This record gives sequence, C-alpha cells and structure tokens, in this order.
Amino acid sequence: MNDATLAANDAIPAVNDATPAATSRIELRDVAVSFPAARRDRLVALDGVNLSIAAGEIVSLIGPNGSGKSTLLRVLAGLLRPDRGEARLDGEKITGPDPRIGLVFQDPRLLPWRTTARNVSYPLELAGWPRQATEGRVRELLDRVGLRAASESAPSQLSGGMRQRAALARSMALEPSILLLDEPFSALDELTRERFDVELLRSWTRPGTTIVVVTHSVQEAIFLADRVIVLSERPGIVVADLHVPLPRPRSIDRLDEAAVSATAREIRSHLGAIAA
Amino acid sequence: MTLALRSTPPARRSAWLPALAGLAIFVLAWKAIVVVLGYPTFVLPAPELVVGRLVSAWADGTIPRHAASTLLEIGLGFGAGASSAVIVGYLLARSPLVEQVISPYLVAAQATPILALAPLLALWFGPGLTSKVVICGLIVFFPVAIATMVGIRSVDARLLELGRSLRATRRQILVTLEIPGALPSIFGGLRVGVTLAVVGAIVGEWAGAERGLGVLVNLARGSLFDTPLLFATLLTIALIGIGLYLIVVLIERALVGVR
Repeated sequence: MNDATLAANDAIPAVNDATPAATSRIELRDVAVSFPAARRDRLVALDGVNLSIAAGEIVSLIGPNGSGKSTLLRVLAGLLRPDRGEARLDGEKITGPDPRIGLVFQDPRLLPWRTTARNVSYPLELAGWPRQATEGRVRELLDRVGLRAASESAPSQLSGGMRQRAALARSMALEPSILLLDEPFSALDELTRERFDVELLRSWTRPGTTIVVVTHSVQEAIFLADRVIVLSERPGIVVADLHVPLPRPRSIDRLDEAAVSATAREIRSHLGAIAA
Repeated sequence: MTLALRSTPPARRSAWLPALAGLAIFVLAWKAIVVVLGYPTFVLPAPELVVGRLVSAWADGTIPRHAASTLLEIGLGFGAGASSAVIVGYLLARSPLVEQVISPYLVAAQATPILALAPLLALWFGPGLTSKVVICGLIVFFPVAIATMVGIRSVDARLLELGRSLRATRRQILVTLEIPGALPSIFGGLRVGVTLAVVGAIVGEWAGAERGLGVLVNLARGSLFDTPLLFATLLTIALIGIGLYLIVVLIERALVGVR
C-alpha cells in the first residue's frame, strides 16, 4: 500500500519523478502563515509551502527549530488558517478541525481530572457516541496501545510513555484515516522512542492510515516515513522532498543499511545548508 | 503492571490528635486566666460556665430558634451570591468588555465596609429575611467572582486547543474543560465566601432583625446581661462557620479530589 507516488513540489526541481497524485489526500498550495510579533511586525512562520500527500503515505517533516513544522501541522489540523494559499483535504478546503484527521500533540494533554479510559473516550463523548459503543471502542483502543491495566488510573500515575500512548489512543478514537503527530515521542528516552516508532507502524495505527509526523530526529524521520520533507529555517519553505528507499515492514536493524545512511547524509546536507 | 489506586484517605484518626490537643490547651489556658487573674463572670466567664450555658440555651430552644434564622439567611445569601458570582466571574474572565465595565463597581463594593452598608440595605429591604440575604450575597460575591475569574483564566490553553481540535462546542468546552479546570480555584473562593457569609448574616441582623444569632448577641450583652450566653452564642456562630467550611471542603474533595 506504500507505493504512493511522489507528489509534486514545484519549488524542488530535484524531485523530477514527481507527478501530481490522483489519490492525493492532502494538498497544500502556496501556504503562508505569520504571527503577530513585536511592534506591528509579523513573524513569518511559513512562506509559500507546496506539498501533496497521497492516501496511505507516511511523511516525515523535519527541520530546525523555528522552521514552522508544528505550524504546518496546525494548518493541516484546521487549527490555523493560512494568511495566503490554501490547504485541501480530499479536495475540499480545510476550514476547521475535521473528524477524518487525528492529532497527537508533542505533550500528551490528558485531562488531569479524568482516568485514562475517560481521556481516551473524550472525543467519543464530544461526538455524542452512546455509552455502550464508547465502552467497547475504548477497550479496544486501550488494548491496542497496551494500556488496559491502566484504564482506571489518573494521568499523574502514568509514566511519560504511557501518557503519550493514551494520547495516541485518544487521537484514534474516531478512527481518523489521517494521523498528524507533532514530535510525539520527543520527550521520551531514545530506546523507548525507537520501540514506540516500531509499535506505531506495526500495531498502534491501522494499516493504510496516512501519517504526517513532525520530528527533529533524522533517524526517526527515515525510519517512519516513505518521504522526508525538509523545511528551512524561518520563514519555512520546503527545501527537499526525499524518497526513503526502505521496504516495509520496517525494522530497526535496517537503519544500518547503506541506502539509509545515504538518505540521512542527504537530509543532513540540506539541514546543514540551512544552518550555514 | 500494578498501579496504586487513589491516594490514601487524607484524614486518618491520628490526624485529629493535634487539633484535639490544641483545643485542650486553649481551654486550659482560658480556665487558668479566669482563675489566676480572677475576672468576674460578666467579663470573662469560665469555660465550664459557657459550656453549661450553651447546653441550657440549646435545651430550652433559645439558640436553635435564633440559629435557624441565621442559617437560613446564610444558606440563601451564600447560594444566591456564590452562584451569581460564578457566572459573573466567568464573564469577567472571558469578556474584556465585561471586565472593563464591571470591575470598578466590584472593587468599590468590596472596598466599602459591609458594616457601613448594612444599615442602608436594611432601610431598603426592610428588617426581614431579604436584607440579610442581600448582605450575605454581597459579601460572598467578590471573593467567589474573583476566584472564578482567576480559575477560568488559568485553564490550560493547551487543553482548550485539544478541545478545539476535537471540535468541541462552546458548551462542551465549558462543561468538560473550563469548569473542571477552574474548580479548585472556585472552591478556594467558596471557602472564603462561606465564612464571610456567616459574618454577613450577623452584621445584617445587627442592622435590624427580630431573630438570629446576631440579635441574640445583642440581647445577651444588653438587656439580658448574660455574658455566658453571649459566649455560648459566639461559640455557636464559630461552630456554624467551621461546620459550613467543612461542608464546602467535603464537597470539594468529592468533586476535585480525584486528580
């Protein structure tokens, strides 16, 4: 299912095998976002980003701090309207949060006064699901991320990894076909993060889910994705769109392959060019 | 994995010991002052005299009759004052316009001593229940409104963004995020408010009433010249304050205690 065509990015002629994907789910055209800064100035976070993501594709967004990775994700999530350009989901303009999209923030954002199970059921509650259906769904989600035993625990009793898994389960409650992850495991130690990345692809998400993951780890970007998008420092634009030549299912051992190091070197050279 | 369930109950029996010891020391010191310095009963009655008068005044129905009116005033005043304060506090937190228009009056009303305001309110609302309820409500209003405003403003913006990303309606955000998030702060205001409500009721009764513990204080001091009864009444007022405070704390534990 990961034979997704590389999508077009006008700014990058290097990606010459790119054809506008017919099955494109997410489409960004010339998206620019700025924020009010001191003295009538505006801080330009994104300046003309073009990107298209196909159904079932897994894309990593990587870039230095301030490259607008999280801003880009917020535009996709419908939490932020671009000043210019437009973002489309399945051909329709994104005007607000959409149930087809699940969002995982960098921090777990669990409601501290709710148990794990009631945090996972929160989106269902907001959507007005009946109680019976909710209970079954929550049990299934907690099983999937291995948190069944902690279902009645308060978030304060969970470890950092457990909290983030609860947040992931919550983001999948409404069965979104697109998952946006904002540095989801960056607060965890490296070994845990590697393990979580493996599990994320293997058992936590449903096969066929389109995933966009923001990361600042080159290794993680390669391991997870079919495509790595490199963003420049502020104002953020796409400076590279690289294909990851790794078959699926992915395993940590394969990260040592020559093809991977070549890709990593390429990403680093783009990141380095930005820094220089 | 085993996970500790709720934290252990906060009030074990041993927790009461320091409070009881403190009470014993207080009563003994009181008794010692009466004995050593030899104050006459009409100035400072001995503790056992006060307790004896308390029991007799409860038994003959004097205190219950007056306490019932005072409790009614407190209940209605606190209820009306606190509930309107929560609503106004929310508006203060969420609407800059409301804050600009209302806050000067709010602060002015708070800065004016309720003692000075009480006779005016008694004049307007008469010597009956209404004037006490209004005074109680007024005195409760400020701390609860401010606590609510602070609580709502302190609700984690990241959680509000989460709610937005899940397409929560205004009402759902209020019920599932803002109220639970602000609850600890609101209860802080309610704790202060409930003790002030007791003060409000007594002050209101002084400004003119036929019944109530405030009236009984005046009676005991003035026409009856019964200092032990005065002390017994003060003790009753204090106990009502403590009791109401504990009720608020218990409700708070039930609602907020899970986190």
